[in-house]
Amino acid sequence: MKLTLKVWRQKNGTSRGELHSYQVEANEHMSFLEMMDVLNEELISKKEDPIAFEHDCREGICGSCNMVINGRPHGPNQGTTTCQLHMRYFKDGDTIVVEPFKAKAFPIIKDLVVDRSGFDRIIQSGGYISVNTGGAPDGNAIPIEQEIAATAFDAAECIGCGACVAACPNGSAMLFTSAKVSHLGLLPQGEIEHEARVESMVDQMDKEGFGACSNTGACEVECPKGISIENIARMNRGYIASIFGSSK
Amino acid sequence: MSLTGLFLVSFLVIHLIGNLQLLQSDGEAFNTYAYFMTSNPLIKFISFGLYFFILLHAIQGLVLLSKNRSAKGTKYAVSTNKNAQWASKNMGMLGILILFFLLIHMGDFWYKMKFTDQLSLITYDGYDHGIKDLYTQVEASFKELWVVIVYLIGLIALFFHLDHGFQSAFQSLGINHKKYTPMIKGLGRFLAILLPLGFAIIPIYVYFIK
Repeated sequence: MKLTLKVWRQKNGTSRGELHSYQVEANEHMSFLEMMDVLNEELISKKEDPIAFEHDCREGICGSCNMVINGRPHGPNQGTTTCQLHMRYFKDGDTIVVEPFKAKAFPIIKDLVVDRSGFDRIIQSGGYISVNTGGAPDGNAIPIEQEIAATAFDAAECIGCGACVAACPNGSAMLFTSAKVSHLGLLPQGEIEHEARVESMVDQMDKEGFGACSNTGACEVECPKGISIENIARMNRGYIASIFGSSK
Repeated sequence: MSLTGLFLVSFLVIHLIGNLQLLQSDGEAFNTYAYFMTSNPLIKFISFGLYFFILLHAIQGLVLLSKNRSAKGTKYAVSTNKNAQWASKNMGMLGILILFFLLIHMGDFWYKMKFTDQLSLITYDGYDHGIKDLYTQVEASFKELWVVIVYLIGLIALFFHLDHGFQSAFQSLGINHKKYTPMIKGLGRFLAILLPLGFAIIPIYVYFIK
């Protein structure tokens, strides 16, 4: 299949970027990243600068492959990362626009690569349990209600890719932060620090320059792991409690 | 945003119930109601709270809008409406539209009623003095086509604003529940249709039927 790609090219964080057109020959069995690899091999053979994009596991669990494809983070399919998006979902002759994740808190490093270290600093501000909780057998020794365990696990599916921020018209990181808050705070090991954790992670989120949530729900739709905005409501409850109820 | 918004929804309900008295062919009920609403000390006190919350909601909204605009930075070359409802992404624009509508609306009735002597006085049984005839002023305004159109535009904006805003307020307050959230969304849509429709009946009735 013959495709026209319009890819965002930007030399570095300070230069101006623009969309650049490329022709690429792909087949429907390729993943989106493999199609990008083919294009890059061509560029290299022509002694041109290959397109910089992030990738790591290529099996949908690392959260590296951040691209906005035709205006949608990770492309048109639901519950799919870019690496798991296959070219069979596109048609011969299609024009595909590929842009980096855009948000003020995700500055562009080069082409499609953005700096998501803001997420790391949010985790560092409270996305952990302060004491050693032991190994897997210790965890299994604590009886936890099935529904709570399942809800915590659903939140823990977040791979921190940043598609929520990319999809949000406000560049807000509420879905990411609330997923981390929920997966720790619902379980007995993390429950004790829940309110303090919410407070410091939300403060860090604001410091990083992420926007405020206006409940459009776009994050939930674009999330490759199907994280629900129920988590955002849980974080809001925790934040209200941290203001009014907490003695910490 | 959520608390002030929900308070303003409660005002809209009361405002609609009172104003439906305009549909009566005799202006007495509405005029004495309008007199009560502008002279009762308790209502006066509450109305200052209302002005404060309208301003607070508007200012908070504008601050949020500018903060969120700058947090997003540049827009994508390809925009999509597939991941969210249109209203949810345009609350700021809808709010500004409603604010402009409010200025026109309050200039026409509220300002004339409270601060000028433009309205003629009318005497009813049980009152020892004349009461301002707001009823006739409303009728005169809604006989103008452009006024009716401005009101309908304002009310359409209100529909979209409430449709997203009501349920969004609960989510912001941390209320999200498998059973109750769909009910809240249903109630929000019901109010979003009922309130603007109820208000729209008044200018339409006056312009076309009266």
